[in-house]
Amino acid sequence: MSDTLAPRRAAARRRGRTRLEIAVLSAPAVIVFLAFVIFPVALAAYYGFYRWKGYGDPTDWVGLNNYRLILTDPAFHDVLWHNGLILVLSLAVQGPLAIGLALLLNRRIRGRSTIRVLVFVPYIISEVIVGTGWSLMLQSDGAVNGLLRAIGLGSLEADWISDPDLAIWTLMTVITWKYLGFAVILMLAGLQSIPDEIFEAAQIDGASYWQIQRRITVPLLGPTIRIWAFLSIIGSLQLFDLVYIIWGQYVSGTAGTSTMAIYMLAQGRNAGNYGYGSAVAVVMFVISLAVALIYQRFVLRRDLRGAVTEGTV
Amino acid sequence: MSASTTISRKPTGRDGGPVTYFVALLLVGVCVAPVVYIVLGGFRTNAQITIDPAALPDPWVGVNYMAVLKSSVFWGEFANSLIVALASTAGIVALGLMVSFVIARYDFRFKGAMYSLFAAGLMFPMVIAITPLYLVIKDLGLVDNLLGVIVPQIAFGLPTTVIILVPFLRAIPNEIEEAAALDGMSRLGFFFRMVIPLSVPGVVTVGILAFVGSWNNYLLPLYVLNSQANFTLPLGVQVFSSQYSTDTAKVLAFTSLAMLPALVFFSVFEKRIVGGLTGAVKG
Repeated sequence: MSDTLAPRRAAARRRGRTRLEIAVLSAPAVIVFLAFVIFPVALAAYYGFYRWKGYGDPTDWVGLNNYRLILTDPAFHDVLWHNGLILVLSLAVQGPLAIGLALLLNRRIRGRSTIRVLVFVPYIISEVIVGTGWSLMLQSDGAVNGLLRAIGLGSLEADWISDPDLAIWTLMTVITWKYLGFAVILMLAGLQSIPDEIFEAAQIDGASYWQIQRRITVPLLGPTIRIWAFLSIIGSLQLFDLVYIIWGQYVSGTAGTSTMAIYMLAQGRNAGNYGYGSAVAVVMFVISLAVALIYQRFVLRRDLRGAVTEGTV
Repeated sequence: MSASTTISRKPTGRDGGPVTYFVALLLVGVCVAPVVYIVLGGFRTNAQITIDPAALPDPWVGVNYMAVLKSSVFWGEFANSLIVALASTAGIVALGLMVSFVIARYDFRFKGAMYSLFAAGLMFPMVIAITPLYLVIKDLGLVDNLLGVIVPQIAFGLPTTVIILVPFLRAIPNEIEEAAALDGMSRLGFFFRMVIPLSVPGVVTVGILAFVGSWNNYLLPLYVLNSQANFTLPLGVQVFSSQYSTDTAKVLAFTSLAMLPALVFFSVFEKRIVGGLTGAVKG
């Protein structure tokens, strides 16, 4: 009897100990994550149904009225349009540019590692510094116009920041400058993971350099391109820092560069309407989630195997 | 074998011609020029900048940089940024390593759910949660307190950390754990004496991402911190540039000095940052 009971008791003790270890090791992370990530998102959904100034408990239940106001507000239509434009232009400009540059930089050239470091510099500098620097350069008496005058193109001088016809293109230029390096580095890493044998085989079969790039390299780069595009899309939908620093809450509205996140800050916290701001957050979240799920369902399927919708464990 | 294949063994690795060098140079120039402009602008006077906004310093003046380096405001904000970044990084690494270890090497019912919970966190960027997050921070009495930035940053740093560390920890061979168990080492002993040393490369990647992310964070400090004594550098740069909007040269000097730490940090850890980012993206 004692021969069979003792190991069983020991096993039970071990199981209890294992449970305790799991609890102790995972509790801090799970609690912090639930309290500061999941709970606020859930709260936003709750506050979104109230007209509420942020003091005391929300009592002024307005149902879906906040959402009705958001979706019918022309200012929100504007910011939604800007986010969409930024999304499409980011993909259309940075994607081909990054792939082309990565193919070029993947050749054997002197100083390749230095080039890679320097290309990455704009990405590593904070948005605030990038924004401050660019806004100084882009002012009407700033360095960009000064440079144009100096090289005899004074007629091209413009009000890059507040001219509504130009501002969105100015923003796209700064965005491209800031994030292109990241895309190039990703594509280069993707290129390096393609085995050499494939190229050798294609070359033996008589394929030219450009045929190889077009038919083999770019398709094999597919997973990298798709992941980059996903990150770019999410980033475009949540763009805030750069616009807020260069244009600010008010000028971004008149110049046509404001985004959903700016609208959320302006109409929510800065106006003291926390219920309305929360509802804007929910709308942003639903839009981002919908885009992410659609993208994942139709584009990323093969690469991620459900990291967003289900665990890969 | 024809001559051409022996010259260029691998098409992607073929030598770049003049066009390659020209494009590379152009790209580097475009990437670096604005940064150089900011740094050089700090060595000019406002009069120089007004006369010709795009020119070299003539003569070079050090007063702008000296003024910033002597200001207690800059160093106070520098210290705040450093405290927030170090504490956030430590928290992210400690909590992330523990929970990743559980997910990677224990068997229990909610393992998959736990991993999905953190993976789903990638869909909750700070911008979306910021309004209610601010209210939570306010209810906890952490407004205008560095902890109000640190703790949420830890929470939002966990998803990337878990996604990077779980595969890393799972790759530690079972034989090592079994050998440790045979030697009488408990699971926790295994964690502290074997897992932590073995996971240093993954931890360094995660730590760098956390540090740079915290150093550059603007939105959360903008909501949470409201007195200048508590500002981090990104807030400081913004406030300084609007306070001294007429003193362009000084703003440029302040901005250069604020970006210097990130640039130094980056050049030291460049390989790991690039590797970490691409690794994180490939999952």
